[in-house]
Amino acid sequence: MLLIPCPWCGPRSEHEFGFGGEPAVRPQSSASDTEWADYLYMRTNPKGRNTELWCHSAGCGQWFVMERDTVTHAIHTTREMGA
Amino acid sequence: MTGTRLGSGGRIDRGQVIPFRWGDTVLQGFAGDTLASALLANGVRVVGRSFKYHRPRGIFAAGVEEPNAIVDVRIGDRHDANARASLVTLQHGIVARPIAGWPSVTRDAFAALDLLQRFLPAGFYYKTFMRPSWSRYEANIRRMAGLGRASHQPDMRQFETRNIQIDVLVVGAGPAGLAAARAAAASGRSVMLVDENPDFGGSLLWQDGTIDDRPAADWAAATTAELAAQGVTLLPATTAFGYYDHNTLGLMERRATAAPGWALDRLWCVTAGKVVLATGSLERPLVFPHNDRPGVMSAAAVLRYLRQYAVLVGRSVVITTNNDSAYATAAALRLAGAEVAVADVRTAPGQAAKDATALGVSVIPGSVVTDTGGRLGVRWADIGPADATSKKAATRRVSCSIVACSGGWTPVVHLFSQSGGKLRWDAAASAFLPGIGRQDHQLSGGMNGVTSLAECLASGHRAGIAASGATMLAAPRAEPAAVETPLQPFWFVRIPGARQWLDLQNDVTVKDVGLAARENFQSVEHLKRYTTLGMATDQGKTSNVNGIAVMAELTGRGIAETGTTTFRPPYAPVSLGGLAGSRHGLLYSPRRELPAHGEHLALGADMREYGGWMRPACYPRLDETTAAAIRREASAVRADAGLFDGSSLGKIEVCGPDAAAFLNLMYYNNVENLKPGRLRYVLLLREAGTVYDDGVIARLAADRYLLSPSSSHTAGVLAMLEQWRQTEYPAMHVAFHDVTAAWATFVVCGPRVRDIMASLAAEIDLSDAALPHMALADGHVLGVPARIARVSFTGERSYEVSVPAGYGPALWRHLLAQGPTPYGIESLSVLRAEKGYILIGTDTDGLTMPADLDMSGPLRAKKVDFVGRRSLTTPDGVRADRRQFVGLLPQDPNFVPPVGTHAVDASRKSLGWITTSAYSPTVGRSIALAMISGGRARIGDVVELFDRGRVSQAKVCAPVFHDPAGEKLHG
Repeated sequence: MLLIPCPWCGPRSEHEFGFGGEPAVRPQSSASDTEWADYLYMRTNPKGRNTELWCHSAGCGQWFVMERDTVTHAIHTTREMGA
Repeated sequence: MTGTRLGSGGRIDRGQVIPFRWGDTVLQGFAGDTLASALLANGVRVVGRSFKYHRPRGIFAAGVEEPNAIVDVRIGDRHDANARASLVTLQHGIVARPIAGWPSVTRDAFAALDLLQRFLPAGFYYKTFMRPSWSRYEANIRRMAGLGRASHQPDMRQFETRNIQIDVLVVGAGPAGLAAARAAAASGRSVMLVDENPDFGGSLLWQDGTIDDRPAADWAAATTAELAAQGVTLLPATTAFGYYDHNTLGLMERRATAAPGWALDRLWCVTAGKVVLATGSLERPLVFPHNDRPGVMSAAAVLRYLRQYAVLVGRSVVITTNNDSAYATAAALRLAGAEVAVADVRTAPGQAAKDATALGVSVIPGSVVTDTGGRLGVRWADIGPADATSKKAATRRVSCSIVACSGGWTPVVHLFSQSGGKLRWDAAASAFLPGIGRQDHQLSGGMNGVTSLAECLASGHRAGIAASGATMLAAPRAEPAAVETPLQPFWFVRIPGARQWLDLQNDVTVKDVGLAARENFQSVEHLKRYTTLGMATDQGKTSNVNGIAVMAELTGRGIAETGTTTFRPPYAPVSLGGLAGSRHGLLYSPRRELPAHGEHLALGADMREYGGWMRPACYPRLDETTAAAIRREASAVRADAGLFDGSSLGKIEVCGPDAAAFLNLMYYNNVENLKPGRLRYVLLLREAGTVYDDGVIARLAADRYLLSPSSSHTAGVLAMLEQWRQTEYPAMHVAFHDVTAAWATFVVCGPRVRDIMASLAAEIDLSDAALPHMALADGHVLGVPARIARVSFTGERSYEVSVPAGYGPALWRHLLAQGPTPYGIESLSVLRAEKGYILIGTDTDGLTMPADLDMSGPLRAKKVDFVGRRSLTTPDGVRADRRQFVGLLPQDPNFVPPVGTHAVDASRKSLGWITTSAYSPTVGRSIALAMISGGRARIGDVVELFDRGRVSQAKVCAPVFHDPAGEKLHG
């Protein structure tokens, strides 16, 4: 069970959070089919350190950015959106 | 009779007699007994039948590792179909019975299977019962295996969950755990101590020893009392079953004697600053021929039954061992008056053997038990040379009722391994020991390879200090251990063809491992799956190391090279009810009630759950069937007037200076050019271009909108808007608020609707000029603040009247008094099907795009980007054969093809399927809506319908069966 430090509420149980996956930059509507498919479906899914979006859905409701190790499940940093 | 209760000693209360049922007999035990100790004290030998060969089996161990004594236990309304007798606290009202054996456990009809053992090798069932498929045979084979039967009744017992954070969690309350908790408590930090047994002390309760000049058991009791006084949370009869990320552990507390109405099992989710693992070790069997008969027991268990429960399991005992620890059992049995012989595989057993000999124990060095006999329990054992390779080797037959064995000790590294720690094989200890750990924990005692009492206490003390930072406390002291003669690894007797069991619960023998080795299932993971070694509910606690060692020997590899399997939670079986806690039934999925719930009940509505809401399906009259009620209600709406409770429809207010611009970026339709006071039907797409939700959007003011998503999607739509606002458009000034529960909303519709609306004395201009179709206005009705919207899901002239939720019942009664027919959601479904109005998730699925619904107009008209836009023009989005929404008229007007019926082409390939079907009272025939490949081009064609062998025909038509021009909306 992960103990996740919400940037707004402090450390809270994983139960309270929703997972949003790796952030992806939304292309312009002029993007090619390939660029658009990459944005929709392709993720790096690294073994090790990864950047992810999470939402404290059963708490303050805020989305934030989390750096997490996908092997050890260690949480390195969390920060507000845009920070 | 073999087992007997001694007249004195033990930790039982002879003043408290507890009668209990075992099968058809009533037996007696004492307070302090487990079911296993009480059965042994009553001389019960056979407690079960083995899984595969149906051989009689007796109690082997005294703790969680017990592989044989799996029994069915009932206490009042509590039922455990597969309980370990060694973990069941004896209490009044226990009704226990064996789970295997027919007609009885001692006379089992399937025992003949054992005669076929030569033909039942590993994998026999899977290899044999392949045609036509395993599922043909599975049920019968499972019944024969004799597993416990789960009850089919709902479980009415109460369970609860606790979440807790603690500075130091100590797992295991044996010598190391008690010493660790004692040290940690001195630091002033919060400490929790758990142990799976009802009493703290672990082996101190039944092994010799003196700590700080007191008998070990007294020290354990005094230390426990001291910890309680210091405020340490003590959890006896609690199994730490899982070690998860970030030092979170799952504990299951078994509260066997909870008062009625109180929670039984209690799940503790503990997040600990530091964890001290003091989980001890389990004795593993020494493997020899016919080592599965009732009466073959773990030597440590024999000692524990004697000391803790005052049960002498037999008067003549043969012990076979490869290490010193069994001599404690030999000495204790001898002092209790038993005849004891020890077959020690070591040729020079050393001081422990000399001490035992002095007590009158006969010790035979360099020997092992080479066979046992006795149909329903051990009657004799052969003792022969440890290196015997033939049945003809010189042996001595000894008459005995118990063969106690010890093959060394297996550290309980399960939790350490679950936490991500790596194991290493330690040849000197002949065990897998903790290697590199990954989480914040301290290791101590037997689980870390420590064997003597003095060192257990010292390592526990060090671990407690390291975990808490405590200082200035002296460690508890015990006599230094006598010098031990090292264990000699001995994995099985080399007599070819002898049946030697490794896994008692799953009936896996040395021969089976040999077959796996020959068939090249040599990796530990293959071995386990091929032979099922270690895969029973005991998870191989007594068999894993022996099995791996046998495989290592047979393949000429080292044990380290052969490797071990990964330990996964749970360490021991946990009750599903305990895991669920109070999260079941209405507490898991609360039902939402409409403001006028009571009014619907008073009308005799057929209330059903729709997306979490209890809503009227229809309002059947006395003696009226559901189908008849639906036809009557739907007809009344078209002919006269209807009244519908639409309060569950979502209502999300969106406000802020950027509300219009933001919603325009979200929705498929243009909402920016919507005038205040007007409504628009809209779609919300996912980024993949598929339809997520439909609904009506109202503009209340320049900077304020009201969204009405589907009842079951309201929370999802709100979450989606929030995510996009926060992650994609953070600069926009817009806010959302779910006001669904604040309003009661009733729909009045039908030809006579204007008369009914007139009765409301609305201070709102209801003329078509002021309030046309798809418009809304605020004001008062009957003196109450109200909002009236003209929107229709039936195709009739329709008014939605919303008032604050508290006024809902009164408004419902007022409207009903005007004579409209109340109609439920099933009747509405027929009405909307007649009009071809889609129901999201019913007529659409996760692949449906707007153009499939013939709604491509907004895409052409809209200039700005919106969610999902780019996906609509991908090659997949513009395929010609996409499934399109159409109507179907079955050739037989009285046949309603079921939802899910496929439309097929000439070669019976599916073209799509029916999503909604009904008998339409308005049209007077059956109708259907369907998603058909290239459907719009097929309008006018006849297609074949296929449903579970039934073939019929239907004509493809436009998806509207009633009033295609929409004149009734304004009628």
